[in-house]
Amino acid sequence: MYEKDGKQYFVVDSHIHLWDASPENWVKGAEAYAKGWIECFHAYQSLGPPETHWPIEKFMKYSIEDFEKDVFEDGGVDHGIFQSTYLKEWYASGFNTAAQNNQLVEKYPDKLIVNGRWDPRDGDAGLRELEEDAKKYNLQGVKLYTAEWNAGSRGYALSDDIAKPFFEKCKELGIKNIHVHKGPTIWPLDKDAFDPKDVDIAATENTELNFIIEHVGLPRIEDFCFMATQEPNVYAGLSVVTGGLMYARPRFFAKVMGELLFWVGEDKMLFGSDYGIWEPKWQIEMFLDWDYPDESYSDYPRVNEDSKRKILGLNAAKLYGIEVPEGFDIAGAGAEDDALLVEESASA
Amino acid sequence: MSQRASTPQEASSRMTGTSASATAEAEGRPGGDLRERVLDALGQVYDPELDEPITQLRFIGSCAVSPDGDVDIMLRLPTPQCAPNFAFLMGADSRRVVRAVEGVRNVVIRFEDHYTGDEINAALNQGAGFMGAFPGETEDDDLEALREIFTRKALIGRQGTICEGLIDGGTDRSELVGMTVAQLPDTPEARRVLELREMLGIAADDDAPAFVNPNGEGIVPEQLDRWLRGARLVRVSLEANGSICRGLLQGRHKLAPESEN
Repeated sequence: MYEKDGKQYFVVDSHIHLWDASPENWVKGAEAYAKGWIECFHAYQSLGPPETHWPIEKFMKYSIEDFEKDVFEDGGVDHGIFQSTYLKEWYASGFNTAAQNNQLVEKYPDKLIVNGRWDPRDGDAGLRELEEDAKKYNLQGVKLYTAEWNAGSRGYALSDDIAKPFFEKCKELGIKNIHVHKGPTIWPLDKDAFDPKDVDIAATENTELNFIIEHVGLPRIEDFCFMATQEPNVYAGLSVVTGGLMYARPRFFAKVMGELLFWVGEDKMLFGSDYGIWEPKWQIEMFLDWDYPDESYSDYPRVNEDSKRKILGLNAAKLYGIEVPEGFDIAGAGAEDDALLVEESASA
Repeated sequence: MSQRASTPQEASSRMTGTSASATAEAEGRPGGDLRERVLDALGQVYDPELDEPITQLRFIGSCAVSPDGDVDIMLRLPTPQCAPNFAFLMGADSRRVVRAVEGVRNVVIRFEDHYTGDEINAALNQGAGFMGAFPGETEDDDLEALREIFTRKALIGRQGTICEGLIDGGTDRSELVGMTVAQLPDTPEARRVLELREMLGIAADDDAPAFVNPNGEGIVPEQLDRWLRGARLVRVSLEANGSICRGLLQGRHKLAPESEN
């Protein structure tokens, strides 16, 4: 529980990492990419309060003790969800794979959840791996990077035919939550990478699954919002929004939040610190204190304590079936059952 | 693509809004310092994704001009991994506007510490296209299609800003629909909107509708609310992107903070 001014808040941090980007883990010949990637992440950290900045050496590989202190002790996070990121082309044993993350899940089985991944270009072998991972890690979700390179391919779309068996496999295995990275684009070079319409198609075709768009599609918030209004099973992952904007650009942050509250709604927004890019504590603290800076924002939906409780924990708890302690739930929190919503919107 | 220009040079100059008059203006001061005129010209280069001049975004890391008119420009982007296609466009646009400055002899454009900087630099300085920089890695040799997507977004976002200004100034929302280009306020924002329309081939005569959809059609009353909300969303998105880019650049190069507006 996060405590502030004598009140307790139930927190689910839907986007955390424990990575190894230390030079010992750089793939020979790809050092420039491995170094560039982690330096880029480190630059993002500079958007948070100065007292939370780390030296690059710590940032490349922080310890389990750092994690426990920052996330559990200081951050008061009740449940954390690891979003696994492989990047094996640059990092020999992976950046933060499900296996790496799972070591900590085994230590804190009641507090941590690990999400897996799949890549439709891996075909049958990928399906088998997903099956094994689902059993090994008790998967409820996956994190997908459509722009990831794979054996000469420069990315894929969720609407590609090769992705269909993977969505079916997810349904079969009870993997309900599909987190999609549609954030700042690095690879591939082609223009399709700048368009999230493939998520739109996949969400329409797979109404049993939830699609959580990480970083709310930044830098394509408008495409994401237009899509989210049409697809009841599309959610906003707030990582980078709180970390990258709330402290560095508070007025922009207020506008982005206003837009998300209007287009997506407080029942479909999920807090994510993106730890270790940013520590959760200052983000939770600042968010609990947050309101629009002045009346020029009066056209946006209002937020109250309940809105914040939903965004900080209850919405994600609903998607992941996490039990909410007594007295902390809010009637009607979280989006309604997706299939029902789809029916309603179809008949509307 | 709805509009294709007849030559790549024309297309490029239309799409960046580098009008002949802007170049002429830069050249019109022969006594002026050449470096200053080069920087002036660079002010005509826009980040295609953010629709802001690269000079305002503080993307010019250095600009050295020799007495013989050789220009060496170092562009710095917010991260080493900024999208190579946009980097390429800004590099190519910079090269073109600087070459057009009178008194300039050779132009070298370089990217500071960018992960595809060497490839882009080499292709730019040999006049090769985007595919020349990344053989086998992209089919998007013509980046103008990508640029056009963002030009349309910029148009929508900027129209939203103008409308909000008008509404704040007392214009009734319903009046927005019937307004014509001639009735647009004389502001930098409105002038940029007209430039963007020209780039997209959307008519901007005095009696053309002041506010249009991305496809160039004038807005109709039933669309107005949704259109205004949508325009504001696009603007917020562009601003948010710009603010992240500025924050990262500031952090990376230890620049003094800009005040938030």
